[in-house]
Amino acid sequence: MTASHTTGGRRLIDLVPHIVLIVGVLIFAFPIYVTLIGSTWDSATIGRGNLPLIPGGEAFNNYSQAWSESHGARASYTPVRVMVLNSLVMALAIALGKIAISILSAYAVAFFRFPFRMAFFWMIFITLMLPVEVRIIPTYKVVADLGLIDSYAGLTIPLIASATATLLFRQFFLTIPDELVEAARIDGAGAVRFFLDVVLPLSKTNIAALFVILFIYGWNQYLWPLLITNSADMETIVIGITKMIGTGEAANDWNLIMATTVLAMLPPVAVVVFMQRWFVKGLVDSEK
Amino acid sequence: MLTRRTLGLATAALALAAGLSSGAALAQQKTVVEFWHGLPQPLGGQLEEVVKGFNASQDKVQVNPSFKGSYPETMQAAIAAFRAGNAPHIVQMFEVGTATMLAAGPAVKPVHQLMQETGATVDPKAYIPAVSGYYSSKDGKMMALPFNSSTNIMFYNKDAFQKAGLDPNKAPATWPELIGAAKALKAAGIACPFTTSWPTWAQFEQLGAIHDTPFASQANGFGGLNAELKINAPLYVKHVQTLVDMQKEGTFRYGGRDNKPDGLFPSGECAIIHASSGLRSRIAKEATFAWGAAPLPYWPDQIKGEPKNGIIGGAAFWVMTAPKRTPAEYKAVSEFFTYLAKPEIDAKWHMDTGYVPVTFKGFELAKAEGFYEKNPGADVPAKQLTRTPTTENTMGLRLGNLPEIRNIIQEELEKAFQGQPVQQSLDTAVQRGNVVLRNFERANKN
Amino acid sequence: MQRRVIFDNKLLPYLLLAPQVAVTLVFFIWPAAQAIWQSVHIQDAFGLRSEFVWFENFEVILRDPNYIETLKTTAIFSVSVTVLSLGVALLLAVLADSKIKGARAYKTLLIWPYALAPAVAAVLWMFIFNPEIGSLGQLLNRLGLDWDYRLNGTQAMIMVILAASWKQVAYNFIFFLAGLQAIPRSVMEAASIDGAGPVRRFWTITFPLLSPTTFFLLVVDMVYAFFETFGTIHALTHGGPGKSTETLIFRVYQDGVVNNDLGASSAQSVILMVIVIALTAVQFRFVERKVHYA
Repeated sequence: MTASHTTGGRRLIDLVPHIVLIVGVLIFAFPIYVTLIGSTWDSATIGRGNLPLIPGGEAFNNYSQAWSESHGARASYTPVRVMVLNSLVMALAIALGKIAISILSAYAVAFFRFPFRMAFFWMIFITLMLPVEVRIIPTYKVVADLGLIDSYAGLTIPLIASATATLLFRQFFLTIPDELVEAARIDGAGAVRFFLDVVLPLSKTNIAALFVILFIYGWNQYLWPLLITNSADMETIVIGITKMIGTGEAANDWNLIMATTVLAMLPPVAVVVFMQRWFVKGLVDSEK
Repeated sequence: MLTRRTLGLATAALALAAGLSSGAALAQQKTVVEFWHGLPQPLGGQLEEVVKGFNASQDKVQVNPSFKGSYPETMQAAIAAFRAGNAPHIVQMFEVGTATMLAAGPAVKPVHQLMQETGATVDPKAYIPAVSGYYSSKDGKMMALPFNSSTNIMFYNKDAFQKAGLDPNKAPATWPELIGAAKALKAAGIACPFTTSWPTWAQFEQLGAIHDTPFASQANGFGGLNAELKINAPLYVKHVQTLVDMQKEGTFRYGGRDNKPDGLFPSGECAIIHASSGLRSRIAKEATFAWGAAPLPYWPDQIKGEPKNGIIGGAAFWVMTAPKRTPAEYKAVSEFFTYLAKPEIDAKWHMDTGYVPVTFKGFELAKAEGFYEKNPGADVPAKQLTRTPTTENTMGLRLGNLPEIRNIIQEELEKAFQGQPVQQSLDTAVQRGNVVLRNFERANKN
Repeated sequence: MQRRVIFDNKLLPYLLLAPQVAVTLVFFIWPAAQAIWQSVHIQDAFGLRSEFVWFENFEVILRDPNYIETLKTTAIFSVSVTVLSLGVALLLAVLADSKIKGARAYKTLLIWPYALAPAVAAVLWMFIFNPEIGSLGQLLNRLGLDWDYRLNGTQAMIMVILAASWKQVAYNFIFFLAGLQAIPRSVMEAASIDGAGPVRRFWTITFPLLSPTTFFLLVVDMVYAFFETFGTIHALTHGGPGKSTETLIFRVYQDGVVNNDLGASSAQSVILMVIVIALTAVQFRFVERKVHYA
C-alpha cells in the first residue's frame, strides 16, 4: 500500500516539469502558431480580427502566391529568391564574422597579460552601450565615405563588432581550468596551439549557441539594410516583409504577410534544428 | 512586356552571379534619378509601376525607385544621405514634414525653381487648392510636387444604423446629429457606436479647418516660424469635452493613436469611424456589412456660414540637392515630374489606390470614366476638399516638427480621457507644443 | 577577473585584438565621438546650421519633469524585463535539460520563437492584445477585466514588459542550455548518488556552475531592456497612454528619428550611456565577485 502510494506521489511530481514546459511552449510558441494559422486564411478574415484558431483552407493559394507573386498586375515586387539569397549572405557574414573576431579578442583578453588589456576590453564593451539609432547618421556617413553604400561589405562589416560575443567568450574562457593551461605549457604547446587544440573544441557548444543567435540577428536586421541599400537586388527578406506591413494607409494582405513570414522563418529554423545537436545533446548523449 | 521582364530578371541574376553589387548596367547611358519613397506594399509596388511607366515612355531617363521604410524612416534616410553628400534626387515626404523640408534651405530645390531652370511647366492652378496650398510658399509658389494625398472622412455601418432605427441613407451631418445617432446605436446594443482614427488629424487639424478656426497663429505657421498653437480655444475645448463625455457614457471609444483604430470599423466593432479616405479599400475588402461614406460633421453653433474644405494628408515629392549634381540630372527630374502631373496618371493613381485626385482634370477624368457611379461615395473626399475656396485656416499646417506636436496632443488627449480636466490638458498641450515650435525656430534661424 | 596562469607573448595579443578594435574604432568610436559633439550643439535636421551651446541640451533635459518620469518608467521596465526573462528562461532550461521524456521536442519548440522577425512579432502582439480584435484582449474583457491598454497605463506597462521579455526568454534559454551542457554529467550524478534532491542539487551545484552564464546574461539582458526594446514599445503603445510606457531609449529614438532634434537626442544618449556604464561597472565590481569561475 505504502509503496504504491509513494509511486503515485512521485508520478505526480514527475508531471510537474511537463506541465511547466507545456505551459511555456504554449506561451512562447503561440505567436508562431498564430502566424501559421494566419497563413491558411484569407486576408479579410485576419484583418477583421476574428482569426479562428484552427487552420483554414487557403494555405495552398497563400503560399504559392507569396512565393511567386513577383509579377503582380499593378505592382512590382523583388523576387523572393533574390531576397532570400541576400539575407543568407548577410546573416552568414555577420554570424561568422562576429564569432571569428570576438573569439580572438576574448582569447587575447582572457589568456594574456599586456599593457592596456582592460582598456581594450572596456572599449569593445562600451560599443554595446550606444544605441544604433543615435549614431546612425554618423555611421552612415562613415560607410558612405568608404564607398560601401549598396554593397555586401557596407551591409555587414559595421555590424560585425560584437561586445556580446566577446563578453560571452571571456566568461567561458575564465571557466577553463588552470590545470589545462599548465598541462599544455608543460607539453610545450604555445598560445596558438593551445587555442586550436584545446580552446576551440571546448568552445563548441558556445559557438553553436552563438551562431544560432547571431544568424537570426543578422537575418532579422531591418533598419541598417534599409538605410544602406538602394537597389532592389540588394533587398533582404525582412525588408520585403516590412514593406508589406507598412504603416497602414492601405489594406494589408495579411494572409500573404503571414505566409511570407513562415517562408522567411525556414532558414533560421533550419539553422536552429541543425545547430541544436551541437549544444543541446539529447538523452542518448547524456548516457555516456 | 514579357521579354523586358525576363531580360531584367536575367540581368539581375547575371549581375548577382558575377558578384556585382548593383545591376544598373543597362541604364549606363541614361541619366539615372534616385527616387526614395515610404510607401509599403501594395501601394509601394503600385508607385513603382507608375515609375516603370515613365521609364518605358522615353529612353533618356532611368528613375530608380527605392523603399526606405515608413515616412519618418524615409525622412531620416534622406537626411543621413544629405549629410553624407549622397542625397537622392527625389524623396517622398509626408505632409507633416513639410515645414522641416522648407526650412532645409539649400538642401531642397523648390519645384517652381526646378521648372524655371529646366524650362518645363507644371501649372499650380491645375491642382486642387487644398492640395497645392499645403506644399506652396506663402506667395503661392510650388515647393514640392503633390502626389499621393488623402483626407479625413466619416464611414458608417448602414446595417447598424438600420438596427438602431436610423435612416441608413442619411449620415449625421452635424455633431449633435452624430451624438444622437451614437446614443441610438448604443441603445440598440452596439458596444462601440463611434471611434476616431488619427485623433489629432481628424479631431484637431480637420476640425479647425472645417470651422475656419486657426490651429496655430501666423496663419497656421505659413506666416513665419514664430507661430504659436491655438488649440486651447473654446471650439477645441468644447469638442474634446464632448468626446470625453461620450467616452464616459459609452457612445465613443478611444481606439489608440495614429491609425491604430482603423481595424475597429471593418471588423464591425464600431459603427461610425472618422478615418483616412484611404481606409476605403480595406473596408471594401474586409467588411461583411453595408456601409456608407460621408463628409466629417460640424458644429452648427461654432460655424459662420457653410463648413469649409478639409485639409489633406499623404505625401509629396521633394527635389534634393547634392554637391555633384548636374543640370542634366535636374532636367531628368523635371521630365519625370511633368509625366507625373498628367491628368491620366493622376486619375489612374486615384482609382487604383483610393488616394484623392490631386488635379481638377484628374477628378474630371475619373468622373467621365464612371468611377463614382461604380463606387458610390468614392467622391466624398474630393468633394470635401474642394467644397469651398481655401482660407488661411484651411490651406494646411506649416509648423516645424509637427509629428512631435501631434504626439504631444495625443498624450494630453489620453490624459483627458483618464480624467485630467480638458482645459488643463489642452493648455499643457499648447505649452509643450510651443516649446517644440520655439526650438525649431531657434535651430532654423539663419 | 584575471586568470592566474597565462601566456606571455608580446605581440600576439595585439594581433588577436586588431580586427575587433579596427571595426570598433571606425564604426563605433568615431560615430560615438560625433554623437558627443552633437550633444553640445543645437542643430537643424540637415546639419546646415549649428550653434555651440555648452551643456544647455543636458540642462533642458534634466529639468524636464517628463524626463524624470521616463527615468522611473525605465527603471521599472528594465528590472521587470531582466528578472522575468532570466527567471523564466532558467526555469525552462533546467527543466528541459533534465532527463524527462520529450526533452528534445521541448527544447526545439522553445528555441523557435526566436526566429520570428521582430517586425512581424510586433504586429502579432497587436492581434493578441488588442481589446476588440485581439484574441487575448477579447478573452480578458469577456472575463470582466476591463482590458484596455490604450487608456490604462498599468495595463500598457504589463503588456510591453511581457512582449519585451518574450523575445529575450528564447535568447536566454539558448545560452542557459549551452551552459548546462557544459556542466559535467559526472558531477550531477555524484550528487544524485549522494541523495541530494533536485531542488538542492540545483542550488548547490547547477546554479553556481551556471553563474558565469547567468552573469553574462544579466549584463546582456539589462542592455537589451535599455536599448533594444524601443521597437516593441514603438509598435505597441508609442510610449502611451500619456507617457506611461515611455522609456529612455524610446525617447531618444523619438527625439532623434521622428523629431529630428539631434542635440537633445544625443545629449540623452550620452546620459543613457553613462547610466549603463555605471550599472555595468557596478555589476562587474560587485556581482561578479559572486560568480563562480573554475
